[in-house]
Amino acid sequence: MSDAIDARARTSQQKVALGLRRRYRAERRFRAYGLTAVSVGLLFVVFLFASIISKGYTAFEQTFIRLDVDYAADVLDPAGTRDPAALADANYLALVHQALRAKFPGVTERAELHKLYGIVSGAAEGTLRERVLGNPRLVGSHETLWLLADDHIDMLVKGNVDRNLPASDRSVDDQELGWIDALSAAGGVAVRFNLKFFTSGDSREPEQAGVRGAVMGSLLTLLVTMVLSFPIGVAAAVYLEEFAPKNRLTDVIEVNINNLAAVPSIVFGLLGLAMFIEFFGLPRSAPLVGGLVLTLMTLPTIIITSRAALKAVPPSIREAAFGMGASPVQTVTHHVLPLAVPGMLTGAIIGMARALGESAPLLMIGMVAFIADVPKSLTDPATVLPVQVYLWASSPERAFVERTSGAIIVLLAFLLVMNGAAVYLRSRFERRW
Amino acid sequence: MQTSTIVIGILALAALAYQLGRRRSLSLVGGAAGIRNLHSLPSYYGLLTAIWCAFPALAVLAVWHVADQRVIVGAVVSQMSAEVRALPAAERGLLLNDVRNVVEGSVPVAEATPAVQAAAREWRRLDGISRLAGGSFALSIAIIGAILAWRGISPALRARNRVEKIVEINLVLCSMIAILTTLGIVVSVLWEALQFFRLVPLTDFLFGTTWSPQMAIRADQVGSSGAFGAVPLFAGTLLISVIAMGIAVPFGLFSAIYLAEYADRGFRAVAKPLLEVLAGIPTVVYGFFAVLTVGPLLRTLGQHLGLDVSSESALAAGLVMGIMIIPFVSSLADDMITAVPQSLRDGAYALGATRSETIRQVVLPAALPGIVGGVLLAVSRAIGETMIVVMAAGLSAKLTANPLEAVTTVTVQIVTLLVGDNEFNSPKTLSAFALGLVLFVATLLLNIVALQIVRRYREQYE
Repeated sequence: MSDAIDARARTSQQKVALGLRRRYRAERRFRAYGLTAVSVGLLFVVFLFASIISKGYTAFEQTFIRLDVDYAADVLDPAGTRDPAALADANYLALVHQALRAKFPGVTERAELHKLYGIVSGAAEGTLRERVLGNPRLVGSHETLWLLADDHIDMLVKGNVDRNLPASDRSVDDQELGWIDALSAAGGVAVRFNLKFFTSGDSREPEQAGVRGAVMGSLLTLLVTMVLSFPIGVAAAVYLEEFAPKNRLTDVIEVNINNLAAVPSIVFGLLGLAMFIEFFGLPRSAPLVGGLVLTLMTLPTIIITSRAALKAVPPSIREAAFGMGASPVQTVTHHVLPLAVPGMLTGAIIGMARALGESAPLLMIGMVAFIADVPKSLTDPATVLPVQVYLWASSPERAFVERTSGAIIVLLAFLLVMNGAAVYLRSRFERRW
Repeated sequence: MQTSTIVIGILALAALAYQLGRRRSLSLVGGAAGIRNLHSLPSYYGLLTAIWCAFPALAVLAVWHVADQRVIVGAVVSQMSAEVRALPAAERGLLLNDVRNVVEGSVPVAEATPAVQAAAREWRRLDGISRLAGGSFALSIAIIGAILAWRGISPALRARNRVEKIVEINLVLCSMIAILTTLGIVVSVLWEALQFFRLVPLTDFLFGTTWSPQMAIRADQVGSSGAFGAVPLFAGTLLISVIAMGIAVPFGLFSAIYLAEYADRGFRAVAKPLLEVLAGIPTVVYGFFAVLTVGPLLRTLGQHLGLDVSSESALAAGLVMGIMIIPFVSSLADDMITAVPQSLRDGAYALGATRSETIRQVVLPAALPGIVGGVLLAVSRAIGETMIVVMAAGLSAKLTANPLEAVTTVTVQIVTLLVGDNEFNSPKTLSAFALGLVLFVATLLLNIVALQIVRRYREQYE
C-alpha cells in the first residue's frame, strides 16, 4: 500500500521536476527575450550616434591650400586711384588663377588650366577682395595665403576618395591627384577648423555652405513659438485645472486637447498653408508663420504637462490660501503657480525641443526654399535646422553628406542642451509632498 | 512709426496708468492710513487702469494692422491705369506682387517698370500715412482708456473683482484656442478637399487604383487629366506601417516587460532614459539614416541573398520607423504594466507560477486593453510620420505588397504635391488636402478609440 503511494509520489515528483526544468528554461528564455529587446534598442542608439558622428565630425574641418598671391597693381587698380569702388569691382579671380599658374608653370593647355583653377573654391575671390578692401595698401605687394579648397579636393584630402579606383570612377582625376600630392609634399595643403560652417548661410557649393542661416531661422521660429505657446498653454492649463466647471464644454476641450496632441504634424502644416498663408496672406517661408504653426502643434503638449504640474500641487496649499481669505485668482497666482512653474517650464522646454526637431509642417509653408542669406527678422525668408538637414541630404554632391551629418550634430547638440536643462530643472526643483 | 515702437509706447503708458490709478485710489481715502476704506488693495485699482489703457489700444492696433494692407492695395489699384484694372485677377495679383517686392526692397527700384515704380511710391506713401494714423489712433485710445478708468476710481469700486473677471475671461479664451485649432484644421482641410471632390468624384479618389497627379498645363496635351486613385497610397502607407509595427511592438513590449518586471533599479534608471533618447531624435535624422545607412545595407544584403532590393524600399523606411516607435510603445506599455496591482502578481506566485508565467498569464492579460490602446496610438503615429518616408520610401505609386520595392505613402504625396509654388486651385494641389483629410480622419478615429481604451483601463485599477 505505502509502496504504491511512494511510487505515485515518485512519479509525480519526477513529473514536477521534469516540468520544473522545462518551466525554468522557459523562464530563462523569456527573460533573455526581454534583455535582447532592451539591448537592441540601446545598441541602436549607440549605432545611430556613432554613424552620425563618424560621418559628420569632418564637417567641422576644411581643407585649405597655400598660395602666394601677387596683388598686381595693373590687375587691381590700373588707373592707380585706389578708389574703393574700383577696388571692389576688380578682377580678383585673375589673381587666384595667376597664383595657381605660378605654382604649376607646366600647365598651359586650356582644359587643364580650367581643371587647375577648379581646385580652389570660388570663395577665394571674395577672400582676396575682403583683404584688399580692408587694407588697400596690399595692392602691389605679395602675400602667402591659405585659400579654401574646392569640395572635391576637400573630399580627397579627408580620405573620402578611393585612390585605387580607376580614374573615370573618381571625382578627382590623376592630374589633380598629382597636383595635390605635390602641394601637400611641400606643406601647401592643410586641414583646419571650419569657421565658415558656423558663420555663413547655405550655398550651392558644399565648401562654402554653413548652418548660420538655419540656426538663426530656428531661433527666430522658436522665439515666436515660445512667446506664444508658453503663456497661452499655461493660461489654458490653469483654467482647465483650477477654474473650469465640470460640464460638457470642459469635457469637449479636454478630449480635443488629447486628440490634437496625437494629430500628425503634417496636418498642422496643411492648416498653416490654408489658413495663415492663403487666407491671412502672411508671407511664405517666414519664421513668423513657422512659429505660429509650431505653436499650434506644441500647445497640447504644453497644456498637458502644465496641467500635470498643477495637479501635483497639493490641495492643502489652496485650502490654506482660501482660509486666509484669498480669492481664487489670488490663490492661483500667489500660491499655486509659483509651486507649479518648474514643472511647467520642464514641459515647455520639452515641447520646444520637439518643435526644434520638427520639419514636416514647415515644408508645407515653404521653409524649404534655397535661402543663402541669414534671416534678420521674423518675416525674412528662412529655413530651419532640420529642414536644412533635409535639403542637404537630398543634394547629390558627396561633400554634402558630411555637411548633413555636421548639421545633424549641431541640431542634436541643441536638443541635448535643451533636454539637459529640462532634466536639471526637474531634479533641482522637483518637490515631493 | 514702427509697430514695435507703438507697442512699447502703449506698454509704457500702461505702466504709467498703473501708478496713477494706484495713487488715486490711495489719495481718495487719504493715504495709507485710510486703506481699510478701499474695497480692494490699491494695486488692483492700478491694474484696472492699466488694463483699460493697454487692452483696447492693442486690439485697435491689431485690427488696424490686419485691415490696412487691404485698404492700401485697393487704393494702389484704383490709382493705376485703367488697363491694369481691367486685367484678370491672377495677372493683377502678379503685378501687385512686383509692386510689393519693390516696396519691401527685395527688388531694386531701378529694375522695375515705371508703372510699378509709381505704384510702389504710392504704396510707400499710403503705408507711411497708415502707420502714422494707426499709431496715433492706438495711442490716443490708450490715453482715453486710462483717463476714463482713472476717473471711475472710487473707494467703493470693486476693482479686484473686475480685474479677476478679466483674468478669467482671458483664461477661457486661451483654452478655447485648442478648439479653434481643431476647427481650423477641419474647416481649412475640409474646404479645400470639398473643392477637390467637385473636380474628382469621391469614389474615384477612394477606390481608384492609379495615382498620377501630374496635370498637363494645356488641355490638348497628352495625359491632360491626372489620375487621382489613392488606393496605391493607402496600400503603401499600410505596408510601411505594418513593417514598422512588426518591429516596434515586439521590441517595445519585451523592453517594457524586462524594464518593469526584471530589471533592477540601477539598470532601469540608466536604460529607460537612454531608450527614450530614440524618441527625442528628430525624424529627419532617422530619414537621413535610413537613406544613407539602412537602405544601402539592405541592398547589399539582398544582393548576397539573390534578392532585388530597390534602393528606396518600403522595408528600409519601415524598419527605421519601427525603431523610432520602440520607445513610444515601450513607455506606454511600461505604464500599463506597472499599473497592474501587485496583489495579482502575488496571487500568481502563491500558486507556484514562475515569473514569466505570471507575466504571460496574469499581468499581460490584465494590462492588455491598455497595451492595445498604446499600440493603436503608435499606429496612428506611423501613419502620420512624414520625414522618414519622404526621404526613404520613394515616389512611385505602385500597388504592391512586396516590401523590397519602393512604395509611396499619403504623407509623401502631400509633401511632394505642396512643396514649391503651386497654383492654389489646381486639382493637383487640392488633392493634397483631400489626402490630408483622409489622414486626419484616420488618425483621429484611431486616437479617439485608443484614448478611450486607455482611459477606461486606467480607471479600472485606480
